Amino acid sequence: MIPAAFEYARAESTEEAIALLVEHGDEAKLIAGGHSLLPLMKLRLATPAVLVDIGRVPGLSYIEERGDEIAIGALARHHDLETSAVLKEQVPLLAATAHQVGDPQVRHRGTLGGTLAHGDPASDLPAAVLALGGTLVAQGPNGRREISALEFFRGFLETALGADEVLVEVRVPKAAGAGWSFQKFNRRAQDWAIVGVAAVVNGTTGVALVNMGSTPLRATAVEEAVRSGASVVDAAAAASHGTDPPSDANASSEYRRHLATVLVRRALEEASS
Amino acid sequence: MTVGAGTFSGTPVRRVEDPDLLRGAGTFVDNLKIDGMLSLAFVRSPIAHAAIRSVDVTAAREMPGVVGVYSAADLDLPDAPALMALHPAAIRPSLAKGTVNFVGDPVVAVAAETRAAAMDAAELVEIDYEPLGVVVDMEEALDPGSPAQFESLGGNVVIGLRTGSEDPLAGADVVVRGRFENQRVAVVPMEGSAIVVDPTGTDFDLTVHLSCQMPHVARSALAKLLGMDPKRVRVIAPHVGGAFGAKHLSAEGVVASKLALELGRPVKWVETRSENLVAMAHGRGQVQYVELGLRRDGTFVGMRCRMIGDAGGYGGFGGILVLGQTKLMAQGVYHIPAIAFDVAIVTTNTTPMGAYRGAGRPEAAAFVERIVDMAADELGMDPVELRRKNFIRPDEFPLTTVMGADYDSGDYGAALDEVLRLADYDALRREQDERRRRGDRMQLGIGVSTYVEVTGGGAEFSEVEVHEDGTITVKAGTSAHGQGHATAFSQIAADQFGVPIEQIRYVQSDTALVARGRGTGGSRSVQLGGTAVLQTSKLVVERAKELVAELLETAPEDVVVTGDGRLGVAGVPSKALAWGEVARVAAERGAPLLVQHDTERAGSTYPFGAHVAVVEVDMETGRVVPIRHVAVDDCGVIVNPMLVDGQVHGGLASGISQALWEQFLYDDDGNPITSTLAEYAMPSAAELPSFVTAHTETPSPLNDLGAKGIGESATVGSTPAVQNAVVDALSHLGVRHIDMPCTPERVWRAIAAAQAGTLPDPWREPRSEMAGFPREGAAGEELERGAESVNL
Ligand SMILES: Cc1cc2nc3c(=O)[nH]c(=O)nc-3n(C[C@H](O)[C@H](O)[C@H](O)COP(=O)(O)OP(=O)(O)OC[C@H]3O[C@@H](n4cnc5c(N)ncnc54)[C@H](O)[C@@H]3O)c2cc1C
Repeated sequence: MIPAAFEYARAESTEEAIALLVEHGDEAKLIAGGHSLLPLMKLRLATPAVLVDIGRVPGLSYIEERGDEIAIGALARHHDLETSAVLKEQVPLLAATAHQVGDPQVRHRGTLGGTLAHGDPASDLPAAVLALGGTLVAQGPNGRREISALEFFRGFLETALGADEVLVEVRVPKAAGAGWSFQKFNRRAQDWAIVGVAAVVNGTTGVALVNMGSTPLRATAVEEAVRSGASVVDAAAAASHGTDPPSDANASSEYRRHLATVLVRRALEEASS
Repeated sequence: MTVGAGTFSGTPVRRVEDPDLLRGAGTFVDNLKIDGMLSLAFVRSPIAHAAIRSVDVTAAREMPGVVGVYSAADLDLPDAPALMALHPAAIRPSLAKGTVNFVGDPVVAVAAETRAAAMDAAELVEIDYEPLGVVVDMEEALDPGSPAQFESLGGNVVIGLRTGSEDPLAGADVVVRGRFENQRVAVVPMEGSAIVVDPTGTDFDLTVHLSCQMPHVARSALAKLLGMDPKRVRVIAPHVGGAFGAKHLSAEGVVASKLALELGRPVKWVETRSENLVAMAHGRGQVQYVELGLRRDGTFVGMRCRMIGDAGGYGGFGGILVLGQTKLMAQGVYHIPAIAFDVAIVTTNTTPMGAYRGAGRPEAAAFVERIVDMAADELGMDPVELRRKNFIRPDEFPLTTVMGADYDSGDYGAALDEVLRLADYDALRREQDERRRRGDRMQLGIGVSTYVEVTGGGAEFSEVEVHEDGTITVKAGTSAHGQGHATAFSQIAADQFGVPIEQIRYVQSDTALVARGRGTGGSRSVQLGGTAVLQTSKLVVERAKELVAELLETAPEDVVVTGDGRLGVAGVPSKALAWGEVARVAAERGAPLLVQHDTERAGSTYPFGAHVAVVEVDMETGRVVPIRHVAVDDCGVIVNPMLVDGQVHGGLASGISQALWEQFLYDDDGNPITSTLAEYAMPSAAELPSFVTAHTETPSPLNDLGAKGIGESATVGSTPAVQNAVVDALSHLGVRHIDMPCTPERVWRAIAAAQAGTLPDPWREPRSEMAGFPREGAAGEELERGAESVNL
């Protein structure tokens, strides 16, 4: 419960953070809200030699309208998302999903950038960003680049971010008036989802799954079924196609497949009602 | 509130403990800082069963701040303390010797100037393990060929006994049978184990600040293990963040004490949360094969129980509880004329078992109440009616049960009537019918339990002294760790002295300040410690009355406690002396108003009650939501109803949690897979419904207060009510049993099996080894007595 020794550097700007990452290479790790990284460090499952703290970099906590998108700074906390008037109006799915993360303490510390960069398949917000078809902006020594959410999650706790890149912004299309649903199934209020489903119905249908494989997943089989006119029940039956859900103390993979079917059906029903 | 004799007891006086706790003035062990104090960290086995080939501490020793790194070979350590040894062959050393027997077994201790330094160095200790065969499952441990922890035991069976009736099911028209798992749970107090050992004081050779329930017991144990004079050892239990049966002098505490003596410096060890989940004793852990024989009309004929108790690594003493309290309470609140009770207690390569809230009684109530519900289902009777039909009646007390328990008093029907009234049972059944007819996604389950448990027993010490400033010091040998004794016991004393509660100073939990005591466990405190305070206060009042009679020239019988802090002559308000004045005169005469007194040994008391649990089950996912819980618990005469409700609320949370959420799990290799609170499903208030609590008050004839224990009752009563509710929600589908915890997946599987017509039989025969155990003899009886006396 006490992390191994590490050096600590507080970055005052994104550029400084990137410079520190370049300087320390593999040894360094960014820390934002610390609510995924610190638990791993306390259990000594992560032992970074240098922590580069971006938590106080100014100007990265915005939530603003930009054309037909909403742009969100990587340091916006879950609490900022769940209480944002703009989000509630334009992308209620994201606000509602943020409200389901952990408990109030977690939501006051954890950041949107952190939860995406961590790439945990069991986390909630990545699925919402996936279902919405969001765009992520990474900044490195050579400037900024955009990554589609669909391309971002590469493997278990692995993303498309380079070792010297900072995730600086997340953009999602405005969807005022769209149907949406976030279904989270867990045993205790503050738990991660055993299975979760994010859905948006806005002309097209976007569906993403929590904890059904090694990354946050887009439920492409469900989306295709909906596109080709399948009923909600039939589309939901495809919920676990192409997934590889884990078995753990909470649920077997068989049960997760069953839950995915039920929860996708409920999500589609709610989003289309 | 007007102050006067007799006005505090029975009222919800606010806790006098809370201002300190709320202002952060707590004295928890980890708050303690002593100059020169070292911090201790343990290197624990990552393997469930292995021979230790070699231990290399060189790198660890060279780390900055490290004072010493020790394995068993480096220290002349006594064995680990045990509240009861199960078998002379199953001995646990304080640090592992030769083999490790569970994941978490401490092998090496690191002493360093800071906690961080100790932990960093612990990472560098190299231990070479040679893995041995592992047994995790308690039924597999019955196999004589299973990998044994102690060669001289020749297997993993520590105790195997057949007891009771030879043919208990004879004459039954119907026999219902079930195999029930009473799962292993972790205790998870808010504060883990913690100890500071200080050898530098002048008044004592060793001063020990220990987060524990029984400081005097810990002192005796420590002095004995270290070969010290108990009088030279002082144990203080400061504020304790919960104990629930599991907080005693531990193996690690012995190592800390030994090192403090060796190094001549204070040593602190404070468990981390992840350590706590594997190092502190676990509780429950039984597999129960139960067969109940009945007549067609529902009358119980007899019951056959074949029980396996998991003792965990080294034969943890908690394994004995199946033969102790579980066996003692196997008859529950019913007439069951014949009972057979066969027991196997086995070692497994898991965390050693100990006592946890209820310690053997919840396991009894769970199987009795489960089999009674199965029987009601089988006979097509309402579970309430079947219970009523077989209750022990109020006019039958005192009563010695078939299991040898001396039930003191009870009115089981009254508690049941009250709980059904409060829950509006008939309306609930109507709603259940409607939901079933409509085929609702959320089905309703209604679970009933009627229970009796056993608490207290023994004697207790108290000391009461009136000072010249009119304040009164009250001491007792019990040791509160959250319960509120300072409030309750002050209420009892204030009533005798007719003074405001603020005038009482309550002292406990320090062997230097309280002459002797048995501590707190087994819900014993108010009935024994409280009675001791009552009796001692009365002795002081009597002595004062004699003195006052002399001073005011009247007869002692005419002296009364006035209720405004004085002693006066009955009917003559002007003739009275304040308590301080009486104390002053008494001191002048060389006989201060101070009495030390031990109660006589009293028999155990038997609290009881009835619970109704209401759950909703999501038929698509199997998710269970507890939506109501009504508890009527009878703990005899109540001293402080608010404190009692506090105990009930906590007890309900832990009991409901066993039914629905908690289970400590291992993989096949003995690796714990619920070793952080992210995996181990401790619930929070968010998961629990509001509780409805009420009480019937049937006095116990065994103590002056008429009180029985309440610390564990709600845990005993709630678990079976909730489990019964879950099964009840699905009973129309043919589901007859679901093991605890009733997780969404288990419930979903039961629903799916019912729909597919593939429901499993809730019964199978236990392993054949049990039939070969010897029938009870003198040795067995002695073990049982020992087991019953482990009262936690
Ligand atoms: C008790 C508890 C309960 C929780 N429950 C839930 C839950 O129910 N659902 C859920 O989804 N999550 C849950 N979480 C996780 C929580 O949401 C985390 O806060 C979040 O996942 C990570 O955000 P963070 O800012 O804290 O990231 P950090 O812990 O600071 O960092 C996480 C990782 O991301 C990297 N990183 C952080 N920011 C950036 C960036 N801008 N660019 C590049 N890399 C970056 C870090 O280097 C690190 O590897 C819970 C956490 C706790 C402690």
